[in-house]
Amino acid sequence: MNDGLMIEVENLTKRYAGHTAVSGISFTVKRGEIVGLLGPNGAGKSTTMRVLSCYLPATSGSVRVAGLDVFHNSAEVRRRIGYMPENNPLHLEMRVREYLKFRARLKGLGIARSRERVDVVMEQCSLTDVSKRIIGQLSKGFRQRVGLADALVHEPDLIILDEPTIGLDPNQIRSVRALIKSLANSHTVLISTHILPEAEMTCNRMLIMFGGKILAADTPDNLQRLVSGNGQVVAEIAAPLADLCNCWAQMAEVEHYDVSPADGDFFRCALTPSNGSDLRPIIFGVARDRGWHLRELTRNRHSLEDIYVKITRPPEEEEGA
Amino acid sequence: MRAYLTLTRRELASFFLSITGYVLIAGLAFVVGLVFYLTLIAQGTQPVSIPITQVFFNSLVLWIVIVLTPCVITMRLFALERATGTFETLTTTPVTDLQIVAAKFTASVIFFAVMWLPSVGYLFIIQHYAHQPGALDTGTVCSMYLGVFLVGCFVISVGCFASAMTKSQVLAAMVTLVAGIALLILHFLATLIPANGHWQAEVLSFFNIAQQMLDFTRGVLDTRVIIFYLSVTFFFLFLTLRVIESRRWK
Repeated sequence: MNDGLMIEVENLTKRYAGHTAVSGISFTVKRGEIVGLLGPNGAGKSTTMRVLSCYLPATSGSVRVAGLDVFHNSAEVRRRIGYMPENNPLHLEMRVREYLKFRARLKGLGIARSRERVDVVMEQCSLTDVSKRIIGQLSKGFRQRVGLADALVHEPDLIILDEPTIGLDPNQIRSVRALIKSLANSHTVLISTHILPEAEMTCNRMLIMFGGKILAADTPDNLQRLVSGNGQVVAEIAAPLADLCNCWAQMAEVEHYDVSPADGDFFRCALTPSNGSDLRPIIFGVARDRGWHLRELTRNRHSLEDIYVKITRPPEEEEGA
Repeated sequence: MRAYLTLTRRELASFFLSITGYVLIAGLAFVVGLVFYLTLIAQGTQPVSIPITQVFFNSLVLWIVIVLTPCVITMRLFALERATGTFETLTTTPVTDLQIVAAKFTASVIFFAVMWLPSVGYLFIIQHYAHQPGALDTGTVCSMYLGVFLVGCFVISVGCFASAMTKSQVLAAMVTLVAGIALLILHFLATLIPANGHWQAEVLSFFNIAQQMLDFTRGVLDTRVIIFYLSVTFFFLFLTLRVIESRRWK
């Protein structure tokens, strides 16, 4: 039944009174993958995660985790899932260690095993120094790590994190991201986020959601290719204008070029490749052979930001533009 | 079972991790102490022919306290967890809904029992000064506390139900309070309308908690009353369970 698939979602629909949060989505996640669920607020990310974590039932469709149906085998599925909801709710009056032990016991670990696991996850999430502190007095970064430690404490097969880096400062975001990346070897991870660089850095694959539907599902690189298509290269070179124009016109790999003067002897050349290949090594080679001074060589990389906007922009906005 | 015990322990600890728990215990000790003092003053040095426990429980104030305290105990049980979102982390662990409801109820009942502990002291004071070895009978004391416990369980189960229905602690407390006051009103009605053989009066007589309590304080155990309290308690716990489960209904 489950041939290496951790999550199998088929035609999942979730309707709340009055509106449809998720409509007929299907996707699969393999064991050991880190998959990002991207989308603007209200796209249906959290709802999907809540169905996966057995908190809400699906209106229709089937959802399986490790081959088990989340509705019919709810308890078994919950044993295999480590879930951190949005905003990371914690019992603020408890101490870190006490809280993690409580959670470990709730998740069915024995006394000795829970003590052992709590030590391991506190080490893993760098919480050892604050183990006796009251959670309510900790900074947001630490609290987030407590939530992560909680999700990890029973060694789940699948970890579901709903916006794990929201509201953190850049340093905290880095450390949380590094932590998530370190989980890749032993766990399957599903994270939701609306911050693109985060997904780009941590995920093997991304699902872009909008209006309750999955609009695109691929690796960050493929998505990049899908949207950017040709990788335009910008080079700033100090050389006679005529030589430059000649050179680009004769080059088979260059489909289109545009040369404009920059400061000093430099010219700014925008080159579009004919077959989508990377022009940078070729340009560098030419500059070296002819003894031109090259001071900048950049490929216009479409950031995921562009992909995201392009895919998720409502149609009326596109027409208006 | 493990999850149930873990949850019960946490719920119980949360009463003592906040100031509310201590305020409640102190408040109850004060009110019961006041009732005790006023009863003694009113009684003077006259000998009494009825059990001390009954004298003690002749005051309406104690009734109000029995109905009021469960509101405060139960209001946060589910409502707070829902408001802060910890309900989501709780229900996505392999804990069953029954374990959650049972643990929260057990913890509240244990706390309710702990609240009444100081009052035992007053009874011993009476015995000490009564110069009569038989002034305080273990049986009547136990049956009095059984009565308090049963009424407490009933109102706590109503409180669980109210708290499970809403995210607002205040609303949960209000609903429980209204239910408690309704119970007291039924009790007054029951005392006004004597049992005359009609079924309405018969039904009403079940709510005559003062009469029932009087029996308890005299050491008279009526199984009908005990079964009545246990069944309404289970009924409201069952409703609570259904409310908790309802989120999984399609």
